[in-house]
Amino acid sequence: MAIEVQIPTILRTYTDGEKTVGAEGATLSDLLADLDVKYPGLRDRVVDDAGLRRFVNVYLNDEDVRFLDGLQTAVSDGDSVTILPAVAGG
Amino acid sequence: MLTIRRDLVDAMIEHARRDHPDEACGVIAGPVGSDTPTRFIPMVNAARSTTFYEFDSGDLLRLYRQMDANDEEPVVVYHSHTATPAYPSRTDISYASEPNAHYVLVSTRDPEATELRSYRIVDAEVTEEEVQIVESVP
Repeated sequence: MAIEVQIPTILRTYTDGEKTVGAEGATLSDLLADLDVKYPGLRDRVVDDAGLRRFVNVYLNDEDVRFLDGLQTAVSDGDSVTILPAVAGG
Repeated sequence: MLTIRRDLVDAMIEHARRDHPDEACGVIAGPVGSDTPTRFIPMVNAARSTTFYEFDSGDLLRLYRQMDANDEEPVVVYHSHTATPAYPSRTDISYASEPNAHYVLVSTRDPEATELRSYRIVDAEVTEEEVQIVESVP
């Protein structure tokens, strides 16, 4: 069983329009690496050299991973990961 | 073109006036694919700022889950400018992430007259569009 990842509209260009995709890994970082093999380019929209992009939120189940261990957050089968761009501006 | 009910326009303006001088923000959801805003959802500006707005991350997740459960999408994403015109700022453009949404800007800089304009923001390109205000949507 894989981990279910919810993809926001703006990133579905990478997933052939799929809203939910499966991926594997022990941590969020591994999971994003696995996703990037299947959907090249997707990872770069979520992380940069400094880590998670400031205006992209990633949730493990109901919790923002910034309040967990960020990219090192442990994930396991049956978890659900949601990627949502922040709604923000000036 | 954005076609929107008058009561929803009034609700955005009222929210913007109420939160002035901080920026107000929110969403008007509608059925997926309908391009028709129906459900007004004022959001808290977690930045509580006169020059910036951001939905709280927990609120954002709940909002999207709720829209998903209702087969809705964000048809309108609105926020106010409290000292500048109703035109998207550089940060508005760089963070715009809903290619299908109408980005509505409300300016409250003039206490007497409220300016409300709508834009599409796709791949950092801004296109203003007409706003057609209707009494009811057929």
